[in-house]
Amino acid sequence: MNFDDLIQGFPDLTTTGLAQGSVYALVALGYTLVYGVLRLINFAHSEVFMYGTFAALWTWGLMGYDSNSTRPSLGMALLLILVALVVAALFSGGVAVLLETVAYRPLRKRNAPPLAFLISAIGASFVLAEAMGALTERRQQGIPSILPSTPLFTAGGWTVTPVQLMTLVVALGVMFALDWFVSKTRFGRGIRAVAQDADTAALMGVNKGRVIALVFLLGGLLAGVAAVFYNLKQGNTRFNGGFLIGLKAFSAAVLGGIGNLRGALIGGLLLGLVEAYGAALFGSNWTNVIAFVVLLVLLMFRPTGLLGESLGRARA
Amino acid sequence: MTTEPIKQPRRGLHLGDRFRALPKPARIAAIVVGIALLYVLPLKGFYENLGFPIPVGSGYLPFYTTGSDMANVLFQCGYYILLALGLNVVLGYAGLLDLGFFGFFAVGAYTVALLTSPDSKLITEYNWLESPWPWLVTVPIGVSLALLSGVLLGWPTLRLRGDYLAIVTLGFAEIIRIVAKNQDWILNGDRGIPSVAHPPGTWSDGSPVFGILDWSPYYWLVLTVIIAVIFLIRNLANSRVGRAWIAIREDEDAAELMGVPTFKFKLWAFAIGAAVGGLSGTLWAGQANFVNSATFSLENSILVLAAVVLGGAGSIGGAILGGFLVIYLPEWLRSVGDVFGWPHSVDVFGIFRLDTSPTSLRFIIFGALLIVVMIYRPQGLWPNRRRAAELKDRQKEVAPVE
Amino acid sequence: MRQRLARVLGGVAILALVAGGAAACKKEEATTPGGSTVSGLKIGFFGALTGDNAGLVTPGKNGAELAIAEYNAANPGADVQLVPFDSQGSPDKAAALATSAVADAKIIGIVGPAFSGESEVANPIFDQAGLPIITQSATRPSLNSKGWKIFHRGVGNDLSQGPAIGRYLKDVAKATKVFIVDDQSAYGTGLRDEVKKILGAAVVGQDKVTEKQQEFGPVVTAVKSSGADAVFYGGYTPEAAPFLKQLRAGGFKGTFIGGDGLYDANMLSVTGKADVEGAVVTCPCGPATAAKGNFVADFKAKFGTDPGVYADVAYDLTKVFLEGFKAGKTTRADLQAFLGTYNGVGSATGVTYKWEANGELDPAQVAVWAFTAKDGAWANATQIPKG
Repeated sequence: MNFDDLIQGFPDLTTTGLAQGSVYALVALGYTLVYGVLRLINFAHSEVFMYGTFAALWTWGLMGYDSNSTRPSLGMALLLILVALVVAALFSGGVAVLLETVAYRPLRKRNAPPLAFLISAIGASFVLAEAMGALTERRQQGIPSILPSTPLFTAGGWTVTPVQLMTLVVALGVMFALDWFVSKTRFGRGIRAVAQDADTAALMGVNKGRVIALVFLLGGLLAGVAAVFYNLKQGNTRFNGGFLIGLKAFSAAVLGGIGNLRGALIGGLLLGLVEAYGAALFGSNWTNVIAFVVLLVLLMFRPTGLLGESLGRARA
Repeated sequence: MTTEPIKQPRRGLHLGDRFRALPKPARIAAIVVGIALLYVLPLKGFYENLGFPIPVGSGYLPFYTTGSDMANVLFQCGYYILLALGLNVVLGYAGLLDLGFFGFFAVGAYTVALLTSPDSKLITEYNWLESPWPWLVTVPIGVSLALLSGVLLGWPTLRLRGDYLAIVTLGFAEIIRIVAKNQDWILNGDRGIPSVAHPPGTWSDGSPVFGILDWSPYYWLVLTVIIAVIFLIRNLANSRVGRAWIAIREDEDAAELMGVPTFKFKLWAFAIGAAVGGLSGTLWAGQANFVNSATFSLENSILVLAAVVLGGAGSIGGAILGGFLVIYLPEWLRSVGDVFGWPHSVDVFGIFRLDTSPTSLRFIIFGALLIVVMIYRPQGLWPNRRRAAELKDRQKEVAPVE
Repeated sequence: MRQRLARVLGGVAILALVAGGAAACKKEEATTPGGSTVSGLKIGFFGALTGDNAGLVTPGKNGAELAIAEYNAANPGADVQLVPFDSQGSPDKAAALATSAVADAKIIGIVGPAFSGESEVANPIFDQAGLPIITQSATRPSLNSKGWKIFHRGVGNDLSQGPAIGRYLKDVAKATKVFIVDDQSAYGTGLRDEVKKILGAAVVGQDKVTEKQQEFGPVVTAVKSSGADAVFYGGYTPEAAPFLKQLRAGGFKGTFIGGDGLYDANMLSVTGKADVEGAVVTCPCGPATAAKGNFVADFKAKFGTDPGVYADVAYDLTKVFLEGFKAGKTTRADLQAFLGTYNGVGSATGVTYKWEANGELDPAQVAVWAFTAKDGAWANATQIPKG
């Protein structure tokens, strides 16, 4: 136990925790959306995220920036990030929709048992990860440094870097946009209807197949956004890098109450904070244990997560 | 629904039905021969005399894994089959989704390693033991500890349902692995525990039966254990306990209302599954010689899960087939690729170098196979008849809405 | 029904025949003496040829390949082959590979296993079969005390590298506050313990990370709040590169140093030119790009790249085996005896290879070098003075 480190680094740890938590939250939203509608753990979502990291990397590569390049000017940096966000989100979204078409839709048509979906998801996860492994010779790839490393501001021991602030702001923004989309638009109403009762919704004229594809697309878009910020923060990616983030994000979704959009956000941020504080207190190597212990203890007392499952009733 | 013909034309071989139609002596003879056949599998000579045409000089043998030692691959298949049998009780019978099954394997393996290695810290640092124990003594201890950890984990968590249980069990396996990795005081982390004991026995010339070079005895041992475990599980499944499990799997609330103490039986399933998983771990440790935290990664738990569902949840035959396939298939794909000179990398327009070595492609093929099997045989390759019938019911009940 | 029974019994009989035949064949095979002929000899190369740590091992494999190609060209009629065994650096896979290496009677020497973890699993198997090995990079000290007769190490172990890192930090980098991070691997913790012993009170903080970890925010915070002017990392590139990158992004300006686990090209390219600048790695091996003789030119001609880490060591060690072949040592036992009395200078490394009874290189021959990253390359090789 190292209380000194925790107290000394508390403000810093809070910002790193929130930034990391934002990435978890964005990925967790993908799990939660799919789960809310299909009652399915989309095991391959971590690979959808990983494809986003590579899409961003390749985009930057085509624009002339690799890990050895010098930092671009601020305007160029913002442009690079914006382009990467669009490309990665679309790419991840595409992979997610493809995944749904190939690995899940045929099963749904045959009304397969839930376990078959899970195994199909695992199979898809193997295929996606290993295909990227073959494509990249299983090498770890460095990400160009884009945003300046000079802190935005320093107050005492507290520093906030541009990456951290940007991650948090974008995650919150995306979250509000999604919340609005699900609760206010026609598409959102369709999603909620299918989540509440798929068969009745179908009888009422909701196109279930299209709603499900939309849900996967949304999850993929968010994973792509998360991927760009993961790249900026972590500085590297590799073909098997999605697994751990996927695991954490799924835990975050469960923590907040799987199927619940706001739960995913809160779960993600909370998990990020708990990990950061826990790492300072017990050492970085215990991070994952702390995350899981918190999850287990919470589930003992609140068996459906912090906010409970409720995509169907997620109206504002 | 009345337009549906009453008797559909039957397709396929229906080996199961044909087998059941045989007279009893023939059935027993077939089983005995089948088992005898299993015992000769690690011998290379067997494959050379199968009578298949072999391309001269290619080094290829049908079904034989040239890439790594066949007996070794079979032994791995063996302990995965045991794991699949254990998980089959939890998942297939009682319907509890356990994503961290490998944790129990770790408990079994570490128990053996700690008690039998002369380099174990129990002996060198804490002096709890005078001298290392023989392997055979530690097996029941390992199995009991795994069973105990199953109960300890199940007690608080089995009240959770479905996917929540999945994440909790997953967390449990990760915690075991990380704890094993992170601390030096007993399990010795990544440095691990060397010189773990092997099973007892010597040949007539004094050399140990369970040596280091020849893996066949280990395979024979694990095969024997598998046969014993199958008998135990079959009996259990046909008893009151087994019927209670099926009731829980079908509809937990209905079972509870009908007076089945669901929690108790769920705990039973969890504990028995854990014990079989632990047994598998003790056998593995008896061979492995060296145990460290690197072996118990989460991917293994997922592989076991894939084995059970691929074979057919709820079916013993399915668990065996699945456990065999998940290990053997990737290995076999690799040897076939090596033998026939599959290119190891391909240049794509000079931009990418695509790594096409069989070693790296085998999991793509395996993953695609999982998807295909789930689409065309969601009940698994070798389903339990009752379970397959349940699924058919389900398909009829709910007409697909698109 | 009777027909069916007959068919079943017939099938059973055939199967029994096949099985019996197989068993009989096996026996025959076992009784024929497995004499070895001089042609078709093979040398195994054992290590991570794919996966995250392949960058540390593939240069060595190329070095071995070069040595064999030269030998075959120089000796008409020689057709020595190199057989790669790709363990992916994982102890799990090592046992099966070692067993199949042992089963091939033509393989009479092994270069590797490259890492210490897989050595723990594979070496007992090699020892049982009497198959001599020389490792170019498994540096865990305890490997020499397991009683493996076949074990030979072509470089110094962590007991030489760890203290050298400590001395470098103290005497060359003049660091007064050192933060120590390790990845909890056997390799990382081994180095950490040695470095800590030398530095003593200069260690101001310590943290541990795990394999595949990518987020190092809390460690960066701890480093900064400890006020350290140097960070030592005990582990491998996949974690070290993002860690260093995040350290620099967090504003850390001090020295970053690691062992030979970071001495590969990936460390440079993943971290990026700007962030890796000034990072120091050590190695119980000299700079391969400055190897003696024609090695560098030949290597470049054959593979199109500069020789990487341990390429020269593996080249020389393979040549030791090949000298044995030339002297007519064509069985495992002969080769093992040959290594026991070997005393010769490696043409690329310039190191005199001479092994002690426990398989360690003669301590007088062990030298530890430090390399500094400069403009995206490992440069500035200097030998760390012996303590």
